[in-house]
Amino acid sequence: MTHPIPDVIDFLVGPAPGLDPIRAKRAQARDNAQKSFEALFSPQDAGTVSLEERLAVATFVAGLHRDAAIAAFYGDRLAPIARQGLAAAIAEESRKAATEGPYGNYPKGPLSKENEPGLIYKAGARDVFGARLAAGLEHAHLLVFRPRDASPEALQTLLDAGWSATDIVTLSQLVAFLAFQIRVVTGFRALAAAQKTQTAAA
Amino acid sequence: MTQKVLEVDQTNRPVAFTQDQIGWAPWLPPLEESELTERHWEGLTEASRTKSPYFMLLARDPEILGARTRTDKDIFYNPDAGLPRGERELSAAATSRFNGCIFCASVHARFATTYTKRGADVQRLLDEGVQTDIDERWNALVAASVNLTETPSAFGASDIERLRDEGLDDYAIADLIQSAAFFNWANRLMLSLGEPTPPVA
Repeated sequence: MTHPIPDVIDFLVGPAPGLDPIRAKRAQARDNAQKSFEALFSPQDAGTVSLEERLAVATFVAGLHRDAAIAAFYGDRLAPIARQGLAAAIAEESRKAATEGPYGNYPKGPLSKENEPGLIYKAGARDVFGARLAAGLEHAHLLVFRPRDASPEALQTLLDAGWSATDIVTLSQLVAFLAFQIRVVTGFRALAAAQKTQTAAA
Repeated sequence: MTQKVLEVDQTNRPVAFTQDQIGWAPWLPPLEESELTERHWEGLTEASRTKSPYFMLLARDPEILGARTRTDKDIFYNPDAGLPRGERELSAAATSRFNGCIFCASVHARFATTYTKRGADVQRLLDEGVQTDIDERWNALVAASVNLTETPSAFGASDIERLRDEGLDDYAIADLIQSAAFFNWANRLMLSLGEPTPPVA
């Protein structure tokens, strides 16, 4: 296994000394973004959501955001522990399932005019994923691209596929955390690049 | 026998964005207070949260809940430098409006109004959506939050330039990034684990 990285967001942003004083002003947010990552990907007690499932969903979600570096970060952690064929299938699946969000439907009423149709993803490679992980990937896609389509039926599908209520909380936190982490990295990369341009111009 | 989701009474369910105080009901069973161990109490971080079905549901995975809560509090409540609190809340409200989280938008639009005293402008964001024209600075804050929220993200150099033109320094820009990013976390939990319920009379 790869050695621990002190701060994953810093690592994914890359060298950016101009960001250090800025991140230091929000030290508790920085420490707890890192603790969130650790709680999800090196939990003291993984319960009934395996590390393989966690990293497979994370690699899929990072791929859906079309961020090659973050997808590789999770994919490199998945590959050594994944069952045969899984890492390749996840990479392939995240390419096939990529679209643009957010879209979806509102509860019937004045907002219905803002309803936007879009891809309803169904997992392929079900022989590799199995029914439980396939359901997890489908739910992850819903959370990434069309969170306003969420429904009790979507959670029932997960329960029926073998995810417990506690497993669903962990899965939801994992996907939602990545939606945060990926955007912090994206935003900080842009800020670091703008700082470099400014320094060069000065 | 598989477990069944909880049914929520949909009489008078909120179907529009509002600054009113509305409720939220879970689709999965929250923990009962009697089930809480030391690990759960630590994840909840505040004893008063046992009254919240949302936090009692998230307490099923207490370590990530505790870290999530501490991240949230620093991004929104830390007054040292950066973006004024009211504009961090504006970013949260704009992100929630764009993702479609009626519950989150209600809470954070209300906070934005409280801290900026600009309730009519905040209401326009809710009524007309993220394309509404408020003023140059708020338009820039809303647009940057929305661009970061798109999947894949559309946030980049032109957003930073526009924010700087509106007088934001890099501490304020970083607060905006973290506020919008955090609501991409919060919206997905609130939208997918339960639904908004009518105001309690």
